[in-house]
Amino acid sequence: MRKILVTLKRVVDYNVRVRVKPDGSGMAVEGLKMSVNPFDEIALEEALRMRERGEAGEILAVTIGGDECQQQLRTGLAMGADRALLVKCEGEVEPLAAAGILLEVIRREEPDIVIMGKQAIDDDCNQTGQMLATLWGRPQATFASELNLNGDTARVTREVDAGLEVLEVQLPALITTDLRLNEPRYIKLPDIMKARRKPLETLAADDLELAAPPALKALAYEPPAQREKGVVVEDVPALMGMLRERGFLN
Amino acid sequence: MSSVLIVAEHDGQTLHAGVARAASCGLAIGADRLDVAVLGLDCEGVAQQAARIEGVSRVLSLDRSENANPVAAIQAPQVAALASQGYSHVLGPSTTFGKDLMPRVAALLGVPQVSDIMSVEGERRFKRPIYAGNAVLTVEAPAGHIVVGTARLASWPAAGEGGDAAVEGAQTDAELPDHTSWLELKSAESERPDLQSASVVVSGGRALGSSENFSLLYDLADRLGAAVGASRAAVDAGYVSNDMQVGQTGKIIAPDLYFAIGISGAIQHLTGIKDAGVIVAINKDPEAPIFEIADIGLVGDLFAIVPEIQAAVEGS
Ligand SMILES: Cc1cc2nc3c(=O)[nH]c(=O)nc-3n(C[C@H](O)[C@H](O)[C@H](O)COP(=O)(O)OP(=O)(O)OC[C@H]3O[C@@H](n4cnc5c(N)ncnc54)[C@H](O)[C@@H]3O)c2cc1C
Repeated sequence: MRKILVTLKRVVDYNVRVRVKPDGSGMAVEGLKMSVNPFDEIALEEALRMRERGEAGEILAVTIGGDECQQQLRTGLAMGADRALLVKCEGEVEPLAAAGILLEVIRREEPDIVIMGKQAIDDDCNQTGQMLATLWGRPQATFASELNLNGDTARVTREVDAGLEVLEVQLPALITTDLRLNEPRYIKLPDIMKARRKPLETLAADDLELAAPPALKALAYEPPAQREKGVVVEDVPALMGMLRERGFLN
Repeated sequence: MSSVLIVAEHDGQTLHAGVARAASCGLAIGADRLDVAVLGLDCEGVAQQAARIEGVSRVLSLDRSENANPVAAIQAPQVAALASQGYSHVLGPSTTFGKDLMPRVAALLGVPQVSDIMSVEGERRFKRPIYAGNAVLTVEAPAGHIVVGTARLASWPAAGEGGDAAVEGAQTDAELPDHTSWLELKSAESERPDLQSASVVVSGGRALGSSENFSLLYDLADRLGAAVGASRAAVDAGYVSNDMQVGQTGKIIAPDLYFAIGISGAIQHLTGIKDAGVIVAINKDPEAPIFEIADIGLVGDLFAIVPEIQAAVEGS
């Protein structure tokens, strides 16, 4: 049976507006509601559906971060993952470093499919899946909106700027999810109880003895440029008048 | 002294308009050499288009059958091999093409990537948006390593067209994998201007209610020579195809004039239109967040207002 590895990142909930700290040293995230990155929930949901169709066996959910990330792993277990692994480490972990750690996890776990979100909604990098696939030496199918398994290949429809692209990749492979791949299930109370008994393992990133790759330095955070406050017009003629004034529709 | 390599996106016939924008980003780095790599099959025409971009020094054409379609796992080793020939920076457009490919290039080179470069503050110093555009982060790439990045297209004007660079065939001995097959591209054929380069865009949201009702927007767009876009909700509901989505996870655009019609203005949508010239919002809810960033707002029922605009435009 195919084994699936899914990554879950702890991020500020997408409904919460995050602001820059007044001194520009970072984002004011203390006390904000934290959730599983929405794209990662979609990744886990896809794995669960594969298992329900009899296409997959064990599903392992992995995250990298501090102890607080156990919360997101518990969410993953409640959704239906079989096991969870927290790779403990403090501070920001950039995509390349995360990919290096996840490669080590892959070596130990030997999954057939790795499913990740296409981007995390905090740093919006959209890199980790591609970097991991590269270090792993395996194919990638990013921005997936449809995924079909057939023996040792996966046929993946990808959302690209020009429309929908279809790739066929040999397994093992890495898939990153786009929003329309599926709609994640809601967690029911009994699932949360059941999740408490599922195994959640921790591993210190330091024990992996990986060399730290070159990294970007974050120098300053600032709020985005604000647009000037606009006007509300009464009716269509007033709208048309303003547009003409600004040189449009002439 | 910087020497910048830009990876060209194209469809085999036409160079993507984003390449000239990425070239502007490269020039802002202060490149004294700006080369463009065109990976394709029988892509001489595309290479010639790249050669006309102002500021380009050389176009390197990697013409081979494996490059017939853009597969990141096949292109990345070639780009990484080229980039290692003395370039200080390698850039791609921040389109789905560049987002798919460039992190693979970065991983092969063992360096981090700077995604969505919106401004250049120094040879290794860049600004990029995070948290759906709620903040701008200044980052510095590590000294002593090649810089890999993607250029946020809405932040960069297209470089001019007066160039006359030489086109050279290039080769790499990079080993190419055969684990990925490209099968097809299904694109919604449209006669309308391209969403990412149109100067006027008419976008609709969930309020349109059906794909039939979107014809209201198509008619207006055709009259205005505009492209048509949509919110995620409209795409998810199946009113329009995915390539029309504007926002954090769709296209980031910067038209001179943007109409947001029946769109509430969620942060994920707004991040896609922040650089638009004039934003017009039409929404029946006066409290809708879209009015906070709209330059001109009109409160009311779109099904009454849009036909009225149509009539006004036709009458003029
Ligand atoms: C990770 C993530 C990424 C996302 N990425 C994107 C993205 O890239 N792009 C994007 O757009 N969204 C994105 N979203 C979704 C976003 O949060 C919103 O859900 C979405 O933008 C809402 O679309 P909407 O404005 O069309 O619909 P709604 O929020 O439902 O708004 C409909 C609006 O229409 C108005 N209305 C209704 N009837 C009429 C009428 N007759 N006349 C006039 N007005 C009317 C209503 O007042 C309302 O304001 C993302 C969400 C997540 C979690």
